[in-house]
Amino acid sequence: MKQDYSYVGHSVDRNDSYTKTTGRAQYTADLKFPGMLYGKLIRSTIAHGRIKSIDTSEAEKLNGVKAIITAKDVPSMKWGLSPARFDENIFCIEKVRYNGDKIGAVCAVDEETVYKALKLIKVEYEELPAVLTWQDAAKEGAPQIFEEYPGNLNTEIHHHFGDVDAALKDAYYVRTDKFQGQRTYHAFIENHCSTAYWDGDRAFLYSSCQSVHYIQYHLCRVLGMKMGNLTVRQTNVGAGFGGKLDPSGLDFAAVILSKITGQPVKMFYDHAETFLNGRGRHPMTMELTTGVDKNGKILAHKFDCVLEGGAYTGLGIASSYYAGSLLGVLYLIDNYKFDCRRYVTNLPPCGAQRGHGQPQPRFAFEHHIDLVGEAIGVDPIDMRLINARKGNSITTAGYEVKSYNLLGANKMARDASGWKEKRGKMGVGRGIGVGNGGFVTGAGFCQYRTDYPHSVGMVKVFDDGTKAYVYSNAVDIGQGSDTVLMQMAAEAMGYPYERCQMVTGDTDLSTLDFGAYASRQTLMAGWAVKRAGAEVKKKVLAKACEMLKASGRIKEGFGYLDGPLTPEDLDCVEGIVFVKQEPAVKLTFEEVARKYFVDHGVLLGRGWYHPGKLGGNHKGAAVGTSPAYSSATQVAEVKVDMETGQIECVDTWDVHDSGTIINPKLFHGQVHGAFYMGVGETIWEEVLFDKKTGKLLNGNFAEYRLPTALDMPPVESLTLDDSYEPNGPYGLKEVGEGATTPTMGAVANAIYDAMGVSMTDLPITYEKVWRALRDKKASGK
Amino acid sequence: MSSFVVDKDGNKRYAVTVNVNGSDYTKVVKANTLLVNFLREELDLIGTKRGCELGDCGCCTVMLDGKAVNACIVLALDCDGREVTTVEGIQDGEDLDIVQEKFIEHAAFQCGFCTPGMIVSSRALLNENTNPSEYEVREAIAGNLCRCTGYVNIVAAVLDAAENL
Ligand code: FES
Ligand code: FES
Repeated sequence: MKQDYSYVGHSVDRNDSYTKTTGRAQYTADLKFPGMLYGKLIRSTIAHGRIKSIDTSEAEKLNGVKAIITAKDVPSMKWGLSPARFDENIFCIEKVRYNGDKIGAVCAVDEETVYKALKLIKVEYEELPAVLTWQDAAKEGAPQIFEEYPGNLNTEIHHHFGDVDAALKDAYYVRTDKFQGQRTYHAFIENHCSTAYWDGDRAFLYSSCQSVHYIQYHLCRVLGMKMGNLTVRQTNVGAGFGGKLDPSGLDFAAVILSKITGQPVKMFYDHAETFLNGRGRHPMTMELTTGVDKNGKILAHKFDCVLEGGAYTGLGIASSYYAGSLLGVLYLIDNYKFDCRRYVTNLPPCGAQRGHGQPQPRFAFEHHIDLVGEAIGVDPIDMRLINARKGNSITTAGYEVKSYNLLGANKMARDASGWKEKRGKMGVGRGIGVGNGGFVTGAGFCQYRTDYPHSVGMVKVFDDGTKAYVYSNAVDIGQGSDTVLMQMAAEAMGYPYERCQMVTGDTDLSTLDFGAYASRQTLMAGWAVKRAGAEVKKKVLAKACEMLKASGRIKEGFGYLDGPLTPEDLDCVEGIVFVKQEPAVKLTFEEVARKYFVDHGVLLGRGWYHPGKLGGNHKGAAVGTSPAYSSATQVAEVKVDMETGQIECVDTWDVHDSGTIINPKLFHGQVHGAFYMGVGETIWEEVLFDKKTGKLLNGNFAEYRLPTALDMPPVESLTLDDSYEPNGPYGLKEVGEGATTPTMGAVANAIYDAMGVSMTDLPITYEKVWRALRDKKASGK
Repeated sequence: MSSFVVDKDGNKRYAVTVNVNGSDYTKVVKANTLLVNFLREELDLIGTKRGCELGDCGCCTVMLDGKAVNACIVLALDCDGREVTTVEGIQDGEDLDIVQEKFIEHAAFQCGFCTPGMIVSSRALLNENTNPSEYEVREAIAGNLCRCTGYVNIVAAVLDAAENL
């Protein structure tokens, strides 16, 4: 099935290599416009309360302050990311719902003046009792954060496939375990920034975002603008991981303030504010019950999950569904019950972070299934082999799974890591563990309802054929989508990759794509640009056929040509058009493209992609259904200091079933980064708030502890050669998020193997390990 | 002490001359002007990034008299008469430095936001130590956070650069 390609499957250098290594790459905060003003948001200093008054008079008098806006100055229409739960205003009307909530915005001639002005603004509140945990939010008589969510219950999900109770009755062994996840955060290094200016009735917004289309859509909806009148652009983005998908208050404020002042306005967060913007991982409280037969085959599984949502919904409904919707993709489970609740609380909103709602449930399940296996004497990897899904199958929930080789991933990870020699044999303080994961390759539906294609691509060949411009508003937030999209377009055109250039990050100039989320771009934008490239090639071959006939170089009906020359007799590879049967008869793509331009004008190719109707009919099937699913196995080896509780992750292996790999170098980079985030969340990372005031406690990188280069283990990233996804262009499927999902389970299981105490509470800090070891000693076991 | 003028609010502003990437620049700064803002706002050297602004992430790393420092916690005033090298000054004319070349070859960056600081820290290490061990490389960039790469390819790139100095 796999062919030799010129660019697909090659580790070409990233297209942004020069700019990013020389400091020339511009990010939103680097842009300067003549007369540009600087602005920041006014934020709530209490967790829950009614706004009694906002006094901006002192700030307005400050020399250099140009405008101050609050709720009364902006449209009051609510927005959000799931239409079912639009519950956020540009600025708080009447009530604030978390310490850091958006009350208004100030702009001034320079940053220093903005900070001074913020100090002069006085907000008076009628303080309301704050609800800071889901447990408090769920109590009878708890303070209500939103009228529309009685009992602070934001959503609930009840899925039941098969008959769990009956199956559990017949099980050989049944076990229940409880787990607790923590709130984590994307921790990109570039803070959000948005800069806007107006030209007549048209606004231009630069946003460090993950989707120019969604920003454009949501802003226009709330501001009452025609989409054609708001151009959203982005430059380089200093990563997103889910945290730059929702429009931030900055986007709205920049557009509104630049209109009011008639000057360009740059709105920016400082670092702590990116934590307050939130949208990171939900803390989940999870209870899992599994019944197995005596070989370890899962007969039934029950998953009960509560998400602590923070103040607004954002993507939280999707997070809730994702918590339970993909388990049945990994494992064959006929009887499955998923009950889930999401509560709102008076903290910054949670949302999507790499792997979306899945990593914590994966952690819980992967550890739980090891405990089940241990109880019945089945090796962890055997447990997984017995239960893993195979390809070309349909899940209990009705999702269609084409390529899927979780079995192969487990076997390869087992063999590469030396599992059999190591597991349970490394002595006290050393351990090895395994975890499985995977993800969708793009969501089956647009976030808001639309019948638009999910991605549209275009290729325009320059007049004389010396350049090909590849159009797509897929967003390169660092994952390298521009590079791989150009590889695919170049391959489809038969044109040199080196001479392609991306036209992207501009809703006017480039073509629709929904953006960087749900691991969708390589597949969806990939189809769009591949099809666009193929259309160019078709035109080039037709024109070349015409040219060859006219040239008299071809003797039709002789030798290699038994009939008249047709475009089907030609091919084009790496910029050379040739007769397939006689490759010496050739033209350059350039000369053909030039002739096309002379005869017909611009040489264009167009392509688009819509996933069509996908599987699953139950309520909520939209979250989890996808054209393609990746699968992955990770094995981690750790050392635990039995005196101090210190954990060192010493070695790791990842096998990702990712279909065809377009660019191996970039692919492995995704695996490394995904593992990095996963191991950070397993051991160190947690966003903390004061338990009374809901004030952010560790909004900085000294106290929100990311792994450094000294903490990060080597990662051996392996691939399955025969992985090929029929629903993906060139047979590809996702890697970016799926590779984060097995990590917590693998590392936690290794820690368990090393210390012999099951750690069920994330993050598994040195202190928790130390306490657990102390308790174990005290109990004399 | 550098010469100063007093503005109408009574705040002093100081004339400093800083040698940046080989050229002297004389500018008037406040006592609290940070080197990172001096570079970005006064000289338009946007390669030096602003992230945490607390000395935690390293994306603002520059060399001050050859030593890697976080430009967000150094005062511009303290750089009077001293030499600063930013990422823009790492390469030699059109030619990329070996560290930059190896970063490209190993895809040692993704979003690129940490990259200028990483490259400066790595170059500062190699200026001092032409044959670093893997541990020494990790130690040298331990003050530079990268959320995208897990440092895997960065460490490989720096080691490879060291071998090809
Ligand atoms: S911005 Fe200077 S260390 Fe983070
Ligand atoms: S490449 Fe994105 S932070 Fe390092």
